Amino acid sequence: MQKEKKLGRGVAIVGAGMSRFGMFPDKDSKDLFAEAYQEMVASIDKGFDPKDIEAIWIGNFSNDFFIHQAHWGPIISDLLGLAPRPATRTEGACASSTLAFRDATMAIASGLYDVVLVGGVEEMSKRTTEEVTEGLALATFPYEGRAGFTFPGVFGALATAYFAKYGAGREHLMNITIKSHENAPLNPKAQFNKTIADLMAAKKAKAEREGKPVPDWRDEKEALWDPKFNPPVAWPMHLFDCCPISDGASCMLLVAEDIARSFTDEPVYVAGIGQGSGRGLHAAPSLTSFEANKHAAAEAYGMSGYKPQDIQFAEVHDCFSIAELIHIEDLGFFEAGEGYKAVAEGATRREGSMPINTSGGLKCKGHPVGATGVAQLYEVWKQLRGEAGERQIPGRELHVGAAQNLGGTGGTCTFTILERR
Amino acid sequence: MEERPFGDISYEEFLREKKLMGSRCKECGELYVPPRHFCFKCHSDKMQWEQVSGKGELAAFTCIFVAPPYMARRGYGRNNPYCTGVVKLEEGPRVVARIEGVDASKPETINVGMVLQADFIQEGEGEEATTTLVFKPI
Repeated sequence: MQKEKKLGRGVAIVGAGMSRFGMFPDKDSKDLFAEAYQEMVASIDKGFDPKDIEAIWIGNFSNDFFIHQAHWGPIISDLLGLAPRPATRTEGACASSTLAFRDATMAIASGLYDVVLVGGVEEMSKRTTEEVTEGLALATFPYEGRAGFTFPGVFGALATAYFAKYGAGREHLMNITIKSHENAPLNPKAQFNKTIADLMAAKKAKAEREGKPVPDWRDEKEALWDPKFNPPVAWPMHLFDCCPISDGASCMLLVAEDIARSFTDEPVYVAGIGQGSGRGLHAAPSLTSFEANKHAAAEAYGMSGYKPQDIQFAEVHDCFSIAELIHIEDLGFFEAGEGYKAVAEGATRREGSMPINTSGGLKCKGHPVGATGVAQLYEVWKQLRGEAGERQIPGRELHVGAAQNLGGTGGTCTFTILERR
Repeated sequence: MEERPFGDISYEEFLREKKLMGSRCKECGELYVPPRHFCFKCHSDKMQWEQVSGKGELAAFTCIFVAPPYMARRGYGRNNPYCTGVVKLEEGPRVVARIEGVDASKPETINVGMVLQADFIQEGEGEEATTTLVFKPI
């Protein structure tokens, strides 16, 4: 039934930028997008004329809720002086900007446009934690919200199903958290720039200064087991299993493959892209896998001709630690039920066999939801071009990388494979 | 013969009547709880209502310590967590519902596979007064 999906013509990324991610009381969505756009413009090696942009796709989940402003397409086209060109806002919860990227890719592949700006933005920190939790819960399935599920709650439930099925436990999720906190300090755009060890040392120093009992943690996991350091949010998800509340923006310039080299000698090409939809917890075929992931991956692998073992590194949607584990299995990097063992052996660290989330991931880089998808692709772009600085994957020539983006509680998933030629 | 439409409004109405109801496809026999307008398997729109036993086992759960506003208003939160989960009914379908009769402040004592029975509780005040589907250990 499923025919192999192919693009009508090739599409390349020739420029990319992202704002710093974090909580910025003095910046709004336009400021953040401008910051991302300026970096993108500077990254286009041979320069370009903004007037050549023919259309814009912008991912935004819910600035409607967070700052009471919707309709972000024309706001961004006006910001950049690009009105009256068509500007479309896409919404796929936390996958909103990969939907923008995919729609723009299809628009170029169809022959309609040659040069398109894609991006995403979200401004979340002007609300309280409770309000943001309520806002994000808008993207769960209706039955889940009524049963008292929060976002971390849904992922907490998936974790209990994974633990029961495969014999894993919280200590395995901690490996993911520790790794993300090791990568993020090497990423100047990341929201958090401290390792778990740094945070422990700071807590100990503070206790000493204040004459309070000094915690006697011997290693990172002992600290992460301590509910004073790492309180429960939605058991078994604790504070350090959860991504933060963030503001940020990201953008990229996509062009038809045949004109890519007039912008740069190092374009990064879309090798394959796929998208899937999924059902809620009550109807999902599995509680330890996302059906939308598998559909998206099959489309992207089919389009690219690559297999999971050809992907050299990936950014995956670690909104919660358990999600990273499920994704690396769904995408075929590790067998189902084996991911946690591979993570424990260090396979997903920067120097491991399959580096995952070299950016620090959503956990530490930050997760301004509408900006995340394109920001993940930004990291793949940086790594493929050898421009990732201190966090560049060591000791190998990179040709093929990928990014997986998840919206809601698995309702939308995308998988994008990028390559250098 | 029950004639209500096979949607969420009817499902909620039945819950207020303390009945856990699903829809069964008249074409292929697949059962859905909550009900569906269209059969996921054969795409038929010919459904009939069916009441399920409410007996099942816990497939996944979480204990919520950071509560959404409407649960916080009912007194839940950091010092009074609650448990919610996914229950696999003995008839096959899964439903999501709060789990009562367990100690949510001690999640280690709650286990996937626990046998549970549906119950209906009255909670909330004024405009928020509602009947909530919960499951309890047998």
